Amino acid sequence: MTSLKKLLLGEQGLVVLFAVAFFIVSLTVPNFLTERNMLGLLQSVVTIGIVACTMMFCLASRDFDLSVGSTVAFSGMVAVMASNATGSIPLGILAALACGSAVGLVNGLVIARFRINALITTLATMQIVRGLALISSDGRAVGINDPGFYQLALSRFLGVPTPIWVMLVAFIIFGFLLNRTVFGKNTLAIGGNPEASRLAGVNVVNMRVWIFMLQGLVCAVAGILLASRITSGQPNAATGLELSVISACVLGGVSLAGGRAAMSGVIVGVLIMGIAENVMNLLNIQAFYQYVVRGLILLLAVLLDNLRSSAAGRR
Amino acid sequence: MQDFLEFKTISKGYPGVQALADISFGVRKGAVHGLMGENGAGKSTLIRLLSGDQSADTGEIVIGGTVQHYRSVRDAFDAGVIVIHQELQLVPELSVAENLWLGRFPGKAGVIDRRKLLDVVRQKLVEIGIDVDPAAKVATLSLGARQMVEIAKAIMADARVIALDEPTSSLSSRESEILFALIDRLRAQGVVILYVSHRLDEIFRLCDSMTVLRDGKLAAHHPQMTDITRDQIISEMVGREISNIWGWRGREFGPERLKVERISGAKLGHPASFSVRQGQILGFFGLVGAGRSELMRLVYGADNRAQGSVLVDGTAVRADSPSHSIRSGIVLCPEDRKFDGIVQGRSIEENMTLSSRRHFSPFGITQPKKEAELAETFIAKLRVRTPSRKQDIINLSGGNQQKVILGRWLSEQGVKVLIIDEPTRGIDVGAKSEIYEILYDLAAQGMAIVVLSSELPEVMGITDHIMVMCQGRIVADFERDEFDERRILAAALPDITSVSELPSEQVQQQ
Repeated sequence: MTSLKKLLLGEQGLVVLFAVAFFIVSLTVPNFLTERNMLGLLQSVVTIGIVACTMMFCLASRDFDLSVGSTVAFSGMVAVMASNATGSIPLGILAALACGSAVGLVNGLVIARFRINALITTLATMQIVRGLALISSDGRAVGINDPGFYQLALSRFLGVPTPIWVMLVAFIIFGFLLNRTVFGKNTLAIGGNPEASRLAGVNVVNMRVWIFMLQGLVCAVAGILLASRITSGQPNAATGLELSVISACVLGGVSLAGGRAAMSGVIVGVLIMGIAENVMNLLNIQAFYQYVVRGLILLLAVLLDNLRSSAAGRR
Repeated sequence: MQDFLEFKTISKGYPGVQALADISFGVRKGAVHGLMGENGAGKSTLIRLLSGDQSADTGEIVIGGTVQHYRSVRDAFDAGVIVIHQELQLVPELSVAENLWLGRFPGKAGVIDRRKLLDVVRQKLVEIGIDVDPAAKVATLSLGARQMVEIAKAIMADARVIALDEPTSSLSSRESEILFALIDRLRAQGVVILYVSHRLDEIFRLCDSMTVLRDGKLAAHHPQMTDITRDQIISEMVGREISNIWGWRGREFGPERLKVERISGAKLGHPASFSVRQGQILGFFGLVGAGRSELMRLVYGADNRAQGSVLVDGTAVRADSPSHSIRSGIVLCPEDRKFDGIVQGRSIEENMTLSSRRHFSPFGITQPKKEAELAETFIAKLRVRTPSRKQDIINLSGGNQQKVILGRWLSEQGVKVLIIDEPTRGIDVGAKSEIYEILYDLAAQGMAIVVLSSELPEVMGITDHIMVMCQGRIVADFERDEFDERRILAAALPDITSVSELPSEQVQQQ
């Protein structure tokens, strides 16, 4: 009994729970453990998975970003419209990456330089950027002229679609960045105690600006892939993405109070969100119920986390 | 005479540590009882058991002849036990009176009877002799006044046992005196007071009896304070004789290392200048609010400078942010370790290599092996007591946290000037002399060291030269051979007319 408790409340508790859930679902839900379904599942979490990488840095440094959904939609629009206008897909992609980074840069400067609360700032930019996406297309979806753009999402490497590879590469890069670089360590230090980090020589303002800029850049990557997959620039794409992404991070044990994060946890968080949806789809559960289930999973994860930290605190 | 508060064979263990083992002692009614011991000796655990926050593994607490079985802070409160922690539990945006009534406001149907609210409190405050306006917002009060309000709150709740945990750690000496007068009155009313402090003077000034804990065991119990000497208590606390805890020894000084010229900023209006030589330990003494920390934060670039320059080895440096200062060889160990020093939630290793890791991380990629080596080296060198370098720094005692922060700077390269603010605040006697030894070693290697302290014996004990600050100005300086307690203290005290203004000034600054 106590060893079970130790396992569940330990560092890897969520991973263990995930493995158990995965095993049970594989046995009980028909068509779950098939190559086709697995790839579909991974495809469905690409946007959340990619954006969660940098959201993890944002939360770990005690910040917050609500503008990710809008940025994904906006940069998708920019990619499509710039490609159409210039006739060059690389130029379109470059423009989207630049726009995404610009949104992040603005967020970062306002929050870190002018010390405006991150929640309020990104709440504002979330609406501004969504507005920009709607204005630029007059509220309509924009079709893609060059069919080569579809290939971004449709192409495969070793039988696995490109977006999934992009997500995997993002996991590896940001996992490395968090654990093995000065940037990652300083991010965690800032989240743990910003003032102490500043006095210890960490340039906190620059770090925060960089984190937001990275977040914008990564949103643009996700936006380009999403536009390619839905074969158009949709100004209303990725609404509510910010909440799914933050949920996935929190599920993965990232502390909203900052200073605690792990890439493995975030990956598991993303997968749990994906599997829950996938299984409910396979079992033909109405979409309306899925919101309730997603909310319940998040609550349970936070409760587990609370139990874990109080168990650790009592030690 | 029967003891009013009794601890009987109390033991309490946490995984890996026996925090308290077989503690038994009693306190008479109307006595102020001192509780002393090094950090980690078990004082906090004992207080925690008394407050009902945790329960003992074995043994019992007896109050007024009744064995207590309380299982929560609420139960302890009902039994008349109130613990006043260092972090005060007042709501800053409410008035004094509202704070005292919190949880049981007088009135009908949820509408508060404002007159009763104020009148009862006003009467109570007069009764116990606390001079605070019941209608004042707590946020506008000085720290000392807040402490009084906290005690008044305990009295309002009919507390029979009040435990005070390091109550004077953030009070000025004048505020402390007011607190002591209040404690004297409570004693006369028969309240039992358990007084936890590191300061021997206070224990001798206030206590009728005292207990010394060491490593979770009862090291000594003195039912009377007569015939006890300071040295005796210190040796009971550390378990060995400490002949001279300062251990100062003379050193050769080199050329001028740090020179600060006419520096000023928002929190330090009057420009200040000073210099330190290689191998010299310069002390800054002053009362709380004298501007010592503010001056050093300007030197270090932690706050913005209005004017002035900083020179290291004769060259002006761009000390406009901590990261630039560190690159120029100036480092600072801050006064408030918890808020400005340690990164909670991260390991000892990460806290130590926070600044220095950039030197051995090619292209920003960290070298875990190097970091581990460095951490192990300084854990051994500074004798940090911890089971592992992976331990969360929050689990260390104050002295060990201070050593980790020292380790952070010792692992840096090219440190020329070490500024250390309140090097031993909240640190026990044994660890104190270890930290002093480290400072002497660094000075002997040619570092210039600036020590800021509000404890005069410490400044006089360990420094080569003392600068005295008062109300934001450097007002005097003394060579070691002219150190004189009275003269230094006299210089630090503002003139009489402004003493009475001091607390209100401090409030406005906050």
